[in-house]
Amino acid sequence: MAIETRKMRKFLNDPAQVVKESLVGLAAAHPDLVRYDAAAQIIVRKGAPRKGKVALISGGGSGHEPLHGGFVGLGMLDAACPGEVFTSPVPAQMLAATKAVDGGAGVVHIVKNYTGDVLNFKLAAEDAADEGIKVTSVVIDDDVAVQDSLYTAGRRGVGATVLAEKIAGAAAEGGADLTKVTDLVKRVNDRSRSFGVALSSCVPPASGKAIFELPEGQIELGIGIHGEPGRRRADLGSASEVVDVIVEAVVSDLKPKRGSKVLAFVNGMGGTPLLELYLLYGEVDKKLRAAGVEPVRNLVGSYITSLEMAGASLTVLELDEELTKLWDAPVHTPALRWGV
Amino acid sequence: MDAATITSWMREIDIAVRAERDHLVQLDAAIGDGDHGTNMVRGFEAVVQALDSDGGSPPGKLLILAGRTLVSTVGGASGPLWGSALRSGGRVLGDQATFDGMELVEVLAAALASVKDLGTAAVGDKTMVDALEPAVDTLRSRLADGVSLDDAMDDAADAAEAGMRSTIPLQARKGRASYLGERSVGHQDPGATSTALIIRALQKAVTKDS
Repeated sequence: MAIETRKMRKFLNDPAQVVKESLVGLAAAHPDLVRYDAAAQIIVRKGAPRKGKVALISGGGSGHEPLHGGFVGLGMLDAACPGEVFTSPVPAQMLAATKAVDGGAGVVHIVKNYTGDVLNFKLAAEDAADEGIKVTSVVIDDDVAVQDSLYTAGRRGVGATVLAEKIAGAAAEGGADLTKVTDLVKRVNDRSRSFGVALSSCVPPASGKAIFELPEGQIELGIGIHGEPGRRRADLGSASEVVDVIVEAVVSDLKPKRGSKVLAFVNGMGGTPLLELYLLYGEVDKKLRAAGVEPVRNLVGSYITSLEMAGASLTVLELDEELTKLWDAPVHTPALRWGV
Repeated sequence: MDAATITSWMREIDIAVRAERDHLVQLDAAIGDGDHGTNMVRGFEAVVQALDSDGGSPPGKLLILAGRTLVSTVGGASGPLWGSALRSGGRVLGDQATFDGMELVEVLAAALASVKDLGTAAVGDKTMVDALEPAVDTLRSRLADGVSLDDAMDDAADAAEAGMRSTIPLQARKGRASYLGERSVGHQDPGATSTALIIRALQKAVTKDS
């Protein structure tokens, strides 16, 4: 095992323990914000449950750090349920998290649209209801690379998840009720669209092998966040040409009103440096303005990743006054902090 | 057939998914995210452990215990899907100590119904249903034809394997492979593959029993 681990060029003790050991480290780094419940494998906001406050929880496979554990704290999530790498967590984790954060005002489950996440959260919500906890669930599905249809699993949940957690979390912190917080998650999802591209695959620690191989000079268009190949492969053009494809995909689906104010979120997939992400943001900003919308807020960095995949995604959220105000509200979590 | 048949079935699955772990990972890496083999091994290892520490429950209760264990250890989509399938199958048997071939058909039919309901998938969507449904149909019709349970079960396992292979030319409409669209064509579905292993494991357990 030791030799295999070294071959992977990863910092590991035992590949089977990577998630648990990383969560121990997250809690050790941010004891003022979160605690790690190792028995339940959940990250819980310090001081939870807060009486009378609507709680937000999310979860999903690991490998997308800082999502979701890095977003637990003031003005965002109350708990996160990390599964194994790229594998949905189990209902017992979600139920434990729901019980740990319920302050009597209800709990919102923010679920990314993957079959496993949806099924496990559904079972957990039923269990929580049996125990008398008010739970609402919102499924995030903002990825325009996937065609939505009644006959498919539908669009994936990607970048809008981060924006929904921030905005709805701010509302909950400000005392909004369960219906209001739930509606805000839905509103952010409805008004957001994303599209991702990759320049490399990634290596899950359990298998030690790259999920796919991308020949030099090629780009995968329409990727998700699990190291999976995209919708199609193309020759890699300049950054400006790549951003043309991304902005066109997002804007043509979102169809924002001319003159709309938007939030532009340029996200790194884990293996692309900030040097390139800012370069991409410069192009995005220019091209969005050319498309008739005004980026008045932005987020640039690696916030919803796919292990060490080289690549990036763009999420555009059509703002309104209320969403902008909630975006600007104070947040203090391991990965996102301002106004505090 | 009785509780020992169920225990033997779960042991055979444990052996099979362990042996095919890398193959399942490889199939899943091609059109999913490469965790299917690892997840199935983790789940059935836990199921065997849970059954080992059980003190003489009837077969239906063992299936419910196995299903509960899968839900609480596997995650992903296969955890809830197989977990619910085994629980639904187990409920069919209630507290009875033994069951016959036609009752086994009802167990599998309930499992199939639960997978289709939870996953909203049908034959042709490139999922585990493509292997499970033909297995259930074949077992039912062969037994109705008066074929022995061993032979009928063998045919059912063959049908599951044929169903598994039938997923290769299909474009996925459910599950993570559906995100690939046309690029999912030409790959065998990992969920249908582990389902064929599970049905073959049942055939081995049933044959050993008789």
